[in-house]
Amino acid sequence: MSLLQHDVPIAWYLLLSAALFSLGVVGFLIKRNLITVFMSIELMLNAVNLSFVAFAYQWHQVRGQIFVFFVMMVAAAEAAVGLAIIIAVFRVRATLAVDRIDLMKL
Amino acid sequence: MHLILFFLFAGLCLAGAINLLLQSHPINSALSLIVVMTSLAVLYLLLGAEFLAIAQIIVYAGAVMVLFTFVVMLLNAGREERTLGSHAAARIGFPAVVAILAVLATVILRAQGLGAVHLGEGLTNSHGSSNLVVLSQVLFHELLLPFEVTSVLILVAILGAVALARRDDEERTAEK
Amino acid sequence: MTILAFVLWSFAKVVVVTVVLLMGIAYTVLLERKLVGRIQNRWGPSRVGPFGLLQPLVDGIKSFLKEDLIPAAVYRPVYLLAPIIALGCALISIAVIPFGEPDIGPHGFDLFEISNINVGLLVILGITSMGVYGVALAGWSSNNKYSLLGSLRSSAQMISYELALGLSLVGVVLRAGTLNLRAIVEQQATAGFATWNIFGGLQFLGFLIYLAAAFAETNRSPFDLPEAESELTGGYHTEYSSMKFAMFFMAEYGNMINVGCVATLLFLGGWTGPFENLIPPSDNVFFNAALSLFWFVLKVFCFLCLYVWVRGTLPRFRYDQLMNFGWRVLLPLAILNIIGTSLLLAYR
Repeated sequence: MSLLQHDVPIAWYLLLSAALFSLGVVGFLIKRNLITVFMSIELMLNAVNLSFVAFAYQWHQVRGQIFVFFVMMVAAAEAAVGLAIIIAVFRVRATLAVDRIDLMKL
Repeated sequence: MHLILFFLFAGLCLAGAINLLLQSHPINSALSLIVVMTSLAVLYLLLGAEFLAIAQIIVYAGAVMVLFTFVVMLLNAGREERTLGSHAAARIGFPAVVAILAVLATVILRAQGLGAVHLGEGLTNSHGSSNLVVLSQVLFHELLLPFEVTSVLILVAILGAVALARRDDEERTAEK
Repeated sequence: MTILAFVLWSFAKVVVVTVVLLMGIAYTVLLERKLVGRIQNRWGPSRVGPFGLLQPLVDGIKSFLKEDLIPAAVYRPVYLLAPIIALGCALISIAVIPFGEPDIGPHGFDLFEISNINVGLLVILGITSMGVYGVALAGWSSNNKYSLLGSLRSSAQMISYELALGLSLVGVVLRAGTLNLRAIVEQQATAGFATWNIFGGLQFLGFLIYLAAAFAETNRSPFDLPEAESELTGGYHTEYSSMKFAMFFMAEYGNMINVGCVATLLFLGGWTGPFENLIPPSDNVFFNAALSLFWFVLKVFCFLCLYVWVRGTLPRFRYDQLMNFGWRVLLPLAILNIIGTSLLLAYR
């Protein structure tokens, strides 16, 4: 019964958020595919959102949740533009490997 | 109950994120990111943010990630070659990541005054009432201007995406 | 109520609702075959059982016993995952759909809804938006150009029409002031059919937009381009056979039933009868329960008949027509509907 009513400390949520953020950074560093690199950025955004929601709970402030809402909207816009850029890059260079996309000019 | 749910979905989150790094095919990475996002939605529910949980599923898992899979399918991106990143990333990046994680963990664990999450309590601390009302009051009264600015931002992003991704006419005729 | 009783009651509820839903899916297939048969001036299935009523059983056994082919070139993990995602998303939505009065069960237990949550409508929209993955991944992992074309079409189509679908429901939400499906139904039920959202709520424009968008969301004719058999040899499920194909098939019909349930709840007054305000309420609990179930099932049934009727009547759209219709007609109309409804509410 104690297991059913046990509370979870906020700190654990924050730790999870930090771990996810670090995994996102690692993914950004080691992945060699443009799309997967972009996905790692989304993972970092999500990790930050989790800590926003946790802090909103901690201080009973609705602002934290609103911030997450704005982050989601901006992330959606960012994904649309980013993927359009990826498609444009792929059309010109015919590859998605970040190591091969190393010239500023065509 | 809360403890079990937290460990289940936090575990799913971490497993999904690690799988994202290990998989070499972009579609597998996208699927594991979807797992991360939906488990995060459940964690939002546990934190009493039901609107954000559903918005997370609709916006992130349902729209943004569909765009990702759509692009992966469209470009038919194959497997990537497995590397450990550039030298700079290996030398500076990983120690930096470990250092950031360590600093964050110590700060979080030593912080005073962080409470505990009690299941069924949201922002309003009362059972049955939705935090949707509180959320929309702040959003549409105090933060109306940022909200409208964001809508303009999204409009600009749509136009930018269309302009970037469309082919020029001469390109199209050259292909023919 | 103790935790044990709660768990047992909830489990029983889930089992009953799932079995009824699966039976409903099986007999919707039969309904479609019979009705389309009559529309085309033939009988439809009539050999197995009286009036062909055992046909779904035979169909099920057939698809179960067929050889399960997996083509050599498919991408196996995703290929196996896709039908599960499709069917799962089709079956989950029923969990938040109420189909009767709340206070009928024992000890105040909510017998006619698996889970009464305050963002029920958004949950249904979220699950619908996850349903794209089943179709998209199936087409991609099949490694077949027709499947890929079908899945590309369906992801573009479903994302486009999701907007119109969501926006068409905003008018109803504005009127009710809540996202709880129970509260939305109760708000419409004050004076029989005169206060239903489609009539008294002045949401007929929203209803029509919802209807069109829902046809596209469930990949039904006239918007069935992802599986257009005359040009794509079956679209995204070309490479699927046996039970996996049956899962896609069941998912399609499950989605039809879900859409019918949502339309019933949001526009047609849910489980309330059209003349409920005129008839004195009865004290008999069982009579009340049966009556609300009867009205709910009747409304969903009419909706399904409409689906079949449209399929038997209209030809398929062309792809550019489909996209133009979604973005240039449905979306502006939905926004117009929202503006009109909010102006009306503000005026009152």
